[in-house]
Amino acid sequence: MSGFDATVRLLYVAAAACFVVGLHLMNAPPTANKGSRVSATGMVVAVAATIALVAHDTAISATGWTVMLVGAILGSAVGLAFAQKVKMTAIPQLVSLFNAMGGGAAALVALAGFVAASSSANLGGRVAVSTAIDVAIGAVTFSGSVVASGKLQGTIAGRPIIVPGGRLTNSVLALATVVGAVLLAARPHSVAMLVLTLAAALAFGVAMVLRIGGADMPVVISLLNALTGTAVAVAGFVIDNSVLIIAGALVGASGGILTKLMADAMNRSIVAIMSGGFGGGDSPGTDTGGGSAPVRQVSADDAAIQLAYASKVVIVPGYGLAAAQAQHAVRDLAQLLEERGIEVSYAIHPVAGRMPGHMNVLLAEADVPYTQLKPMDEINPEFPRTDVALVIGANDVINPAARRPGTAVSGMPILDVDQAKSVIVIKRSMGHGYAGIENELYTDPKTSMFFADAKAGLVALGAAVKTLVGG
Amino acid sequence: MSTGLLTDLTIAVLSLLVGFEVISKVPETLHTPLMSAANSIHGIVLVGAALVAASAHNTAGYVLAFVAALFAGMNVVGGYAVTGRMLKMFKRRPAPKAPGTEPVSSGAAEA
Repeated sequence: MSGFDATVRLLYVAAAACFVVGLHLMNAPPTANKGSRVSATGMVVAVAATIALVAHDTAISATGWTVMLVGAILGSAVGLAFAQKVKMTAIPQLVSLFNAMGGGAAALVALAGFVAASSSANLGGRVAVSTAIDVAIGAVTFSGSVVASGKLQGTIAGRPIIVPGGRLTNSVLALATVVGAVLLAARPHSVAMLVLTLAAALAFGVAMVLRIGGADMPVVISLLNALTGTAVAVAGFVIDNSVLIIAGALVGASGGILTKLMADAMNRSIVAIMSGGFGGGDSPGTDTGGGSAPVRQVSADDAAIQLAYASKVVIVPGYGLAAAQAQHAVRDLAQLLEERGIEVSYAIHPVAGRMPGHMNVLLAEADVPYTQLKPMDEINPEFPRTDVALVIGANDVINPAARRPGTAVSGMPILDVDQAKSVIVIKRSMGHGYAGIENELYTDPKTSMFFADAKAGLVALGAAVKTLVGG
Repeated sequence: MSTGLLTDLTIAVLSLLVGFEVISKVPETLHTPLMSAANSIHGIVLVGAALVAASAHNTAGYVLAFVAALFAGMNVVGGYAVTGRMLKMFKRRPAPKAPGTEPVSSGAAEA
């Protein structure tokens, strides 16, 4: 190994260390920013070292330079524009889109490495096997992430869509992907097998994610993130590059852990979520209790009185808050209450919203200090001494039916909102949550329903509180 | 099985374990930024795209390398930019009364 090659390898090691340290620093909010910068530094080092390597090793053609630089610069510009323009409520679909890009790029790198190696006629087993695996994983991730992004953006219906043939189609497509990949690994010069694997994997990604309902998307995106990492690691095997292997495996492991945490929070297995169909109304809607009981409606003025004379208010945000982009409105209301000396905190359910920690990001955007955001375990013991729990666009994560067996949400850990002294629910209608069942909290005598869009409702409440306290 | 492949497998397994260990301690508050950060790290595939562009010597190779570089560039730059934007929003202390002014502790104990 020449001194130059050794230097590049050492720089790769440094970059890998930056990724590990960067992720580690993201353990706590105060150091998270630094963590992201350390990781970005590692990325710059790795890319710069690679460009130096390519320039030093004079094999690259002028076309190769053009292709590489124009592609990378164009892609970077588009990525930067998206990242700067995206609204905080739309982060999940953007992350999903970046997953698609990463997975797609990994599959293409494997394919290109394969093409280059196959023309030199000495295609080793290592390249053949890892290419086959990478084409399969990369293609599933690419098409699956594009569909997930479309569902979150609303360009594809969020409800579970059953493809013709249902589960059988999915099983056949999955099987075709695996068989194609195995045959491709065994007979690496077969273009037919390459095309079969690619087509089956792309179709499987689409069919798999179409079946999954919108509220399960946090888990799906997390899983696709892990898969992308894995695809990148496998691409590292194809082109024999250690930094790809390390970074990809790190992301594969992190995505895997996150996926499991999220699935645990919903008390469902990853397999059950990925097989889809949940929330399509096929769950038995029995034993939900009091479905036809009357609900108590309140006006903004009455709700404002309740809030203004409370001493402890817990705000429970859900997807409705994100959908209505009401994070600034809720912050304004909370500030009004705090000025009156009322203790305000936010109860964050692990799967509220469409991404892990989705609510935290939204509220952080509105300058809510993260110390006011309480995770479920921390806030639940506080509900009995809470005067008003203000629920904004959350549903299943507060349904007391989860404590009983036999309902669609049974066993899911919930926020104990029903133990607060009184509850105000801001909701657009009596519509069901994602699980498609009644929420008995709404008919509880201490619950008042304030029917409004989250943003409009919060603005009205704020105005009413101001009038009330003579502001 | 070649030494090179064995080395790569060793690296992969150890990296997976490091990943599990490093990630399993992250609090819920940071799950989205973390996912976004992990998302940008898999943009390392840009290195792969550059290397295949260098070894390409026919049209198919160039086309694949071009699209790979395009995708990877989008992933890596977009990923870091959006992670940065998200993290900038995490404040250490309650925001000042007048919205828009940054608290001194913004970005929290950096450097």
